[in-house]
Amino acid sequence: MSGYPNEMRASIKRLEATRAFRLQQDIPRLTPEQKAQLLEQCHPDFRPEGMRPVRVGPNKGQRMQNELVDLLEGYGRLDPDRVDLQRVDRDVDVLVVGGGGGGVTAALLAHEHGARVLLTTKLRLGDANTIMAEGGIAAATQPNDSPYRHYLDTIGGGRFQNKRELVHALVHDAPLVVEWLKDLGAMFDTHPNGDLVVSFAGGQCRRRVHSCKDLSGLEFMRVLRDELYNKRIEVLEFSPVVELVLDDHGRCAGAILLNLETGEHTLVRARAVILATGGIGRLHPNQFPTTNHYGATADGLVIAYRAGAPLLHMDAIQYHPTGAAWPEQMLGQLITEALRGNGAQLVNVDGDRFINELETRDLTSSAIIREVRDRKKGIRTPTGMEGVWLDTALIDIRGGAGKLDRMFAGIVHRFKEYGIDVHKEPILVFPTQHYQNGGVEIDALGRTSIMGLFAAGEVSGGVQGRNRLGGNSLVDIFVFGRRAGKAAAEYAREAAPAGSLSLDHVRRYHRELAEAGIPKGKLSPMLLPDYTRPEVRERRYS
Amino acid sequence: MAETLIPIYIMGKRYEVPEGLTIMKALEWAGYQLIRGCGCRGGFCGACATVYRVPGDYRLKVGLACQTPIVPDMYLTELPFFPANKALYDLDQVGDRVDTLLELYPEVARCLGCNTCTKVCPQKLKPIDYIAAALRGDFPRAADLSFDCIMCGLCAARCPGELVPYNVALFVRRYYSKLIRIKPQHLKDRVAEITGGQHDQALADIAAMDEEALKKIYVERDFEKL
Repeated sequence: MSGYPNEMRASIKRLEATRAFRLQQDIPRLTPEQKAQLLEQCHPDFRPEGMRPVRVGPNKGQRMQNELVDLLEGYGRLDPDRVDLQRVDRDVDVLVVGGGGGGVTAALLAHEHGARVLLTTKLRLGDANTIMAEGGIAAATQPNDSPYRHYLDTIGGGRFQNKRELVHALVHDAPLVVEWLKDLGAMFDTHPNGDLVVSFAGGQCRRRVHSCKDLSGLEFMRVLRDELYNKRIEVLEFSPVVELVLDDHGRCAGAILLNLETGEHTLVRARAVILATGGIGRLHPNQFPTTNHYGATADGLVIAYRAGAPLLHMDAIQYHPTGAAWPEQMLGQLITEALRGNGAQLVNVDGDRFINELETRDLTSSAIIREVRDRKKGIRTPTGMEGVWLDTALIDIRGGAGKLDRMFAGIVHRFKEYGIDVHKEPILVFPTQHYQNGGVEIDALGRTSIMGLFAAGEVSGGVQGRNRLGGNSLVDIFVFGRRAGKAAAEYAREAAPAGSLSLDHVRRYHRELAEAGIPKGKLSPMLLPDYTRPEVRERRYS
Repeated sequence: MAETLIPIYIMGKRYEVPEGLTIMKALEWAGYQLIRGCGCRGGFCGACATVYRVPGDYRLKVGLACQTPIVPDMYLTELPFFPANKALYDLDQVGDRVDTLLELYPEVARCLGCNTCTKVCPQKLKPIDYIAAALRGDFPRAADLSFDCIMCGLCAARCPGELVPYNVALFVRRYYSKLIRIKPQHLKDRVAEITGGQHDQALADIAAMDEEALKKIYVERDFEKL
């Protein structure tokens, strides 16, 4: 029995009828002019109503997503006058904020370089976007590839806006990171001779994405988490940072943590702080669904910004081309790019392709939006959602029976639960929010503009330019997690001791808000999304 | 769109929620702002293991709250945490595979073969089989059989031998991937090139290129064939 209702099955028939033709069909890459036009017409970043200028802080006057501006223009959750900064609960060399791949990597490296490390995280250790990464990690490890080619693809994909020293660091360290993960015992996909399997991602001119089936991020996360425990590095769960603490020289000197379950705050003094808090998907920019985990609420951006760190490219949001659009229960969930990297095609209601599936994500998403919204060639679900087909059967046709089961067992399993057999039937997809391309500006050692404050991974900005390539996020978190961890440990060893602790930056920020005429309403960081109904919230009288 | 409401019992308390929701969305619809028991919301992280029963059936059912649709009159609770035993080890210092396994997790020898772990696995794995493979030293097989594990804790919660199958499996996979599998030559070669500085000049050249020149070589680059 098919999990698709009859009205959708008619379109599947047309898709099946064009399959033989499509297997031979070559769709050329877009020219730079075509790319610019497509983005302007269809990419959600170009919707004028989606953004507005932020009125305070280091990026004052720059346009960013409304939902983020709401938080940047929020008052802190703490009244600085009520916090006793004399009462230091913990004193460490390096405080790592965030328990995803970037944070755990940074903690391991800081520990390796002799620092006393405390890792604090908002949810459980490992509850992060890393664990959801399906496709894999990009690195030029193949004889036909090179760091030079990886550099070119990455900076072109980022629309040439990436910080060059960061791209350099990324592609240079990428193969070293793959070796590091292999030596930690990550179970990469291999050919029978032991060579690593690599796949395409959009915009990558070589096969260079290394996978662990379609659970690459899960595999890396559980291995790293295990190693963190083996090294006896201390972890605090359900303890997000609500404010950074500076010293009287303006250097970062610690943070204030909130125990989400008891409501108690603790003060951690640290020689160095590494932010690895991830992205903003749960703010739902432009009201898109998101692939992101529950905690992706921009907390790190907010606290760093309030402490004076500028943000970069925060008007560039990534919408992944293939979020699930059916069944309803899976709406917005990630359907890995590796499917397209292994030959799956995007097909409209008539059974026709409309874009080279290995264009970069910004273009591929824009093309899907154009197909559905402007050309009315989408497939409509009974609940009114529209999308286009991802023809997954082509993977076994091209690669031999068994390839889907071997490489994409997770996708096969999840759709089977809803009566859809992806060996035969396509998946309905539509773009879904996936990544913040920008973030807190860093240098090649992961340093921010604030002394003693480092950042790594999605919370940081500059590595990916205005659009990240598939496979380049897992490599980002490990490359810059390692660099920041090492640099923070060295900084902690060499820097002069912190002066007296201060929250004056919060007081200044509050004054700036008041002077801009912004009333005290929403508090930030957000910490947890609220998906309860307004009808329930209205009746929480107390 | 008119919603059909159906009754469910969250930790024994009755709520009426729209048909078709997942357990997680039903919790939120009922008014829960989750702190524990909610992670990736996509079936990967194992934060939302849930046990439930339906009237007239003595069997305990399981699922991930983020993946499992509600059914009428189900009564459920999430198990957001399980106190699991995890051995500490240094993969650079370990010895023979089975000896090490039994040293770190002696309780694996207590497996009763009852297969409760298989019945309870939301990923439809067979922990009994991978534990057996690990015990007989077939680490490649155990690694393969256990690979899709999300470490939700349900097997450990139910195991009468008090094993923590997922931590055993994680050790086995890491041992296998690091110590039994060979390191591929192409990776060793590339790492040696990079640490030997062989790519530094090419990277310095491209990093110094002006934007127009960069755009030109970007458009002209050749693609490996799909």
